[in-house]
Amino acid sequence: MLQIKPILAALKRHKAGTVLIALQIALTLAIVCNALFIIQQRTEHLSRPTGMTETNLLTVANRWVGADDKATPSLGKTDLEALRRMPGVVDATLTNSYPLRGGGWSTSVNTTPEAKKEMAHTTLYFTDDHALAAMGAKLVAGRNFRPSEIEWVDAKEFQTTPVVIVTKALADKLYPDGSALGKVLYHSGHTKPSTIIGIVERLQVPWTGTWASNFAENTILIPRLLTGNFGSYLVRTQPGQLERLTKAVPKLLIQTNRMRVIPEERGVRTFAQVREQAYKSDRGMAILMGVVCAVLLAITAAGIVGLTSFWVGQRRKQIGVRRALGATKHDILSYFLTENLLIGAGGVIVGAALAIGMNLWLVSHFEMERLSLLYVAAGVIALLLLGQGAVLAPAMKASRVPPVEATRSV
Amino acid sequence: MFGYYLDLALRSLRRNKALTALMVLAIALGIGACMTTLTVLHVLSGDPLPGKSAQLYYPQLDPRDMDGYQPGEDPPVQVTWTDGMNLLRAGRADRQALMTGGAVPLQPAQSSIEPFFENARYTSADFFPMFEVPILYGRPWTAADDEAHARVALISRKLNDKLFQGRDSTGETLRMNDVAFRIVGVLDSWRMTPHFYDLNNGSYAEDEGVYLPLTTAYELKLGRNGSTDCWGKGSDPDHMDTAPCVWLQYWVQLDTPAKAAAYKQFLIHYSQEQKALGRFQRPPNVRLPDVMGWLDYNKVVPGDVRLQAWLALGFLLVCLVNTVGLMLAKFLRRSAELGVRRALGASRREVFMQLLVESGVIGLTGGIAGLLLSLVGLWLVRKQPSDYAALAHLDLPMLLATFLLAVGASLLAGLLPAWRACQVTPALQLKSN
Repeated sequence: MLQIKPILAALKRHKAGTVLIALQIALTLAIVCNALFIIQQRTEHLSRPTGMTETNLLTVANRWVGADDKATPSLGKTDLEALRRMPGVVDATLTNSYPLRGGGWSTSVNTTPEAKKEMAHTTLYFTDDHALAAMGAKLVAGRNFRPSEIEWVDAKEFQTTPVVIVTKALADKLYPDGSALGKVLYHSGHTKPSTIIGIVERLQVPWTGTWASNFAENTILIPRLLTGNFGSYLVRTQPGQLERLTKAVPKLLIQTNRMRVIPEERGVRTFAQVREQAYKSDRGMAILMGVVCAVLLAITAAGIVGLTSFWVGQRRKQIGVRRALGATKHDILSYFLTENLLIGAGGVIVGAALAIGMNLWLVSHFEMERLSLLYVAAGVIALLLLGQGAVLAPAMKASRVPPVEATRSV
Repeated sequence: MFGYYLDLALRSLRRNKALTALMVLAIALGIGACMTTLTVLHVLSGDPLPGKSAQLYYPQLDPRDMDGYQPGEDPPVQVTWTDGMNLLRAGRADRQALMTGGAVPLQPAQSSIEPFFENARYTSADFFPMFEVPILYGRPWTAADDEAHARVALISRKLNDKLFQGRDSTGETLRMNDVAFRIVGVLDSWRMTPHFYDLNNGSYAEDEGVYLPLTTAYELKLGRNGSTDCWGKGSDPDHMDTAPCVWLQYWVQLDTPAKAAAYKQFLIHYSQEQKALGRFQRPPNVRLPDVMGWLDYNKVVPGDVRLQAWLALGFLLVCLVNTVGLMLAKFLRRSAELGVRRALGASRREVFMQLLVESGVIGLTGGIAGLLLSLVGLWLVRKQPSDYAALAHLDLPMLLATFLLAVGASLLAGLLPAWRACQVTPALQLKSN
């Protein structure tokens, strides 16, 4: 540490180089901090469980063509019976939407009919008594729907149902003391109550975007099947049957009734595909940011190595003189390490300010949250360590300069 | 002299291969990242109808009630059926079209093709000449067809290839939603990027396969795709023509700025008149953006794409700073050599030029490598699932921009080191040797 003064004096003779390294460290810190923060934001929910048993699950989007809305209940019933009879099928259900699908029904929910402000936002899945088995969702309290509670309803005329099943997240939100089972809820501003007869451990909403992040697991299962020409079948298969049924299920449906369209794209998907497609752009952005970070750090490290090597080469004679005058190898090594630490410190101070400034700019122009200072601190430490690591090789080389170098003229 | 400098530069670069490779690689990565993201940005923020877009306007009115009224608020982004029809029939613009998106179940006559849903556009006759839609066979329907709710349709070339193997299908019958339509025309390949005339179903959505008269589609209650905003007593799916809801897009063509100003006046008069009639309650709040103005207002370019472009620029900056630092060290280390050249009579300018040639060589090599990298980058972008992925191609202007950026950037990066290095005092350098 005694060396700081001579180091500063020496750096004054290399102003441009010093400033450039510091600037590079600063810019790298600013970009890496923000990129890491974006990665964290994007990947936070990538691994979120849907609450369903995602293996051996097949989704089929169905659209009736030329069928009257009033005819769709009997068509749907025929389909479901045929699906449930299929060899290899454990259970099948019909629903308006399912986790990660992308589109669905969202509404407000309260514990009193008068409340002006919503207590929570939620999604509604219109489905039947086979839903829990087909989805593989875990009922943690209460009971499933009874077959007698299931009816068909037109989406335009739907109001409320006497009974509902909710997720634990929503139950706890509505009744924080854990007493939700058997209590009532009011949704969509209707005045008729719905009694909570069952609570499932977890069931995610159809959306993955940031706008749905504050109600990601608030779900109500409604014991109603929607008439009309849209719907999705969820089919749970026996182990090892998924691949075969991916082809067999659409074939069976077409055989059952030709008055339908199963879209070519995204019509028949295993749930693994649903998950992959739902998070593809988030994952892509996170990977891109990760690559950018890695390359930036590599370039900065290479830059430090390159520049320090030059300085070492330039100062061989001085190093020789110092060695001849009694400096140990360790002294020389620590000289270059300290020098790099000083430049790095200057860089990260500017860089931290830049990182925060850049984040504020991103917040005002893009959908970003405030950067946590933890990221800046982590970035500062990472860049200082990177600098020390990068400078090690040239510094070792410098420490090996023999004292006899002092006597050489070139 | 240039040849000699080039020779010197190459010798110098060969002397320290690792360093040269590092500088070239840094520039190449910076340029590659920049060009990839800028190309995507360029494609996505392009003018969908160059030469025509400045004459196309999107009138906005405010037909809402006073509930939640705040002065200075933006008017709704679509129009009601009543206003759309009133403005369409008034015919005060050079051309005008009212439209919405939809999806129709198509029931091909051939049993080999299963029924399928096709995206449709329900619009009025002027749509085709106004947006300069290329017609391969037949002709668009007429205003008389609109009035008569005629069962006529135009189909896209892609759909024509699928259903009729690309032959002239005008006059053929097409069953949609259990109704027989007569095909009056087939479009040539046509894709608007962005999909400016209706941004509700994705800003870079593909153009529709089927085009039907709006009046016909409404009468047959064909399925709609798009957004609906209602106020007052709200949506009424069976009577959308009178419901207090905006759900249609209305476009006009106005050939001169004077006509545009006049049309805006007309919209204000229309709003006042509707207010006098009691239909509108708010003070006239009229907008008339043109195509590019409308795209800006809707911020169609995805945030991620802009974010990536800024990120890439930052990346390039770091790469350049890196190169400047390395070049500086390299040039300064050659002070002795440069001192000898100066002492032998080379002017400061000549030494400066020599060093600039060297940095130019690095820049050019880096630029070419960067171009290859950006081709790889664009190929990766095309592999992405987004609806604009297929559009990511390098065009000529962007190709030229890449080169200018690469050479410009590296020359810029070479300036400071070269200037510093050519400041050497020959005597001092010679003495120290």
